[in-house]
Amino acid sequence: MPMTESEVFEKVKETLVEALGVDDDEVTPEATLTGDLGAESIDFLDIVFRLEKAFDVKIPRGELFPDNILNNPELVKDGKLTESGLSQLKQRMPHADFSQFEQDPDVNKMAELFRVQTIVNYVMTKVK
Amino acid sequence: MRWIWIDRFIEFEPGKKATAIKNVSLAEEHVHDHWEAYPTHPASLLIEGMAQTAGVLVGQARDFKEKVVLAKIAKAEFDDIVTPGDQVTFKAEIETIAPEAAATKGKVLCNGREIGRVDLMFSHIDKNLAGVEFPKENFVFTGQLERLVAPLLEKSK
Repeated sequence: MPMTESEVFEKVKETLVEALGVDDDEVTPEATLTGDLGAESIDFLDIVFRLEKAFDVKIPRGELFPDNILNNPELVKDGKLTESGLSQLKQRMPHADFSQFEQDPDVNKMAELFRVQTIVNYVMTKVK
Repeated sequence: MRWIWIDRFIEFEPGKKATAIKNVSLAEEHVHDHWEAYPTHPASLLIEGMAQTAGVLVGQARDFKEKVVLAKIAKAEFDDIVTPGDQVTFKAEIETIAPEAAATKGKVLCNGREIGRVDLMFSHIDKNLAGVEFPKENFVFTGQLERLVAPLLEKSK
């Protein structure tokens, strides 16, 4: 049964509160997972497991949170993503909002792509 | 000193659940440090006992080939303390298991009464850290913990 965006948001919020031990009101759509909510790499996996259970969907590894981008020299140069790197990342993450990041595609700022809304957008494609 | 915080497995369902017990004794060094006037078995070692019970369960599910390490304590709640003379029971269940990690949930009992809940996440480290090398041999499962579970695996064959 398809869910509305606000139903998905509420369930994603519950999942993040459980996985990250944060308060309800800290989980806003624009909150960044690592910066605002304190998530670490093991938490990303925990989040994926819990989302799979909460929404009864399968999330292939690397689809919600792509890995191995930073290890490829063609995609990163001098600490910034190259044109090709940026376009590949956009292809792999249609659920993320790149408008801020693409103005300065600094590798250290990549974490800002992972916001609560990013997860909501991704889950919406899975529950439709 | 051997870092084994469980004494015996009493139940083992491969890939599903496991139960282990630990007897706490006044002859153990650590209780006298915690604390001299009132010896108790600390919560940190109760969590470790659960980690060993659940870690063996997760490791055995992959034939002890993966280096299974404790990566996250998702929940650890205790309602009471454990003192010398008590028998602690760790009941662990696998919630999720994937090539790179596993999640378990568990209950801690003291003399048969539930006194805690511990949920953990384990990482299969070779499958996770790109570019970081670990020694090829499995330094996690060196034989000590597998010996504890071997008799129960024999029975279920």
